[in-house]
Amino acid sequence: MTEIDYLWPLAGGLLIGLSAGLYLLLNGRIAGISGLAAAAAGLTHDGDSKLGLGFLAGIIAGAWLAAALVRHPDITLTSSPALLIAAGLIVGYGTRLGSGCTSGHGVCGLARLSPRSLAATAIFMAVAGATVFVTRHLLGFQP
Amino acid sequence: MRAQMLAAIVCGLIFGAGLVISDMINPGRVLAFLDVAGNWDPTLAFVMGGALIPSAVANIIRSRGSAPLLDSRFYVPTNRSIDWKLVTGAALFGLGWGLVGFCPGPAIAALSTGRWEAVLFVAAMLIGMLVYRLSHRQRLPNYSAN
Repeated sequence: MTEIDYLWPLAGGLLIGLSAGLYLLLNGRIAGISGLAAAAAGLTHDGDSKLGLGFLAGIIAGAWLAAALVRHPDITLTSSPALLIAAGLIVGYGTRLGSGCTSGHGVCGLARLSPRSLAATAIFMAVAGATVFVTRHLLGFQP
Repeated sequence: MRAQMLAAIVCGLIFGAGLVISDMINPGRVLAFLDVAGNWDPTLAFVMGGALIPSAVANIIRSRGSAPLLDSRFYVPTNRSIDWKLVTGAALFGLGWGLVGFCPGPAIAALSTGRWEAVLFVAAMLIGMLVYRLSHRQRLPNYSAN
């Protein structure tokens, strides 16, 4: 592993954490993307759909700007449409049922030592790892 | 409200840039990180590690201050119970994440690349959220006073 291999992820991670920290201290809210997406789509009772839309638009613009100015992403993605749909449905339903995703539980929840987020993060990391193990090493898919 | 909206957009910009710079936006990299038994790529651990530093600092500041800058109170969940919904939801999320390597943030960020795969995944994700919304009468969240 060369220096640059982990400096990029570290720099990107610091930015993600900075964003989550700023959102908490400015707006008093959790920067959980699944929750913000549900709010933006009008699928929550309490959510501020406009703030959700603003945050999501910011993500898309920020990703586009970073790709244009800093680092062009090399996206490797060979999943079939059926698999993308199935995974999207499961992720959408699961993140609502479990009250969060990688950002809400993994970045925001762990940072305030929430026991629910600790449990959720351990579970989704373990299941995601097991899923990759089964699909790649037992079923032989190599996406 | 206008200041809150500006804050949401600016935080989104930083978040999206972080997803690209860290390469979290690349499902191939995410799956390589999750593939512990294969040719494991540990670099994404630095994303989580890096993200936790400013996030934890913000939480320390929050615990000392009285209110956020642009609102009258914090909207932070206080529920501490690890119930079946949390466990099942997290497990389902892990399953979907492990199948294609997209979680919600990177999938939305990937819309900026114009890839149809990202559009399809995000559309399905929103339908999954709609199915949840229709099948569960959500209780009102329990926020802390601070």
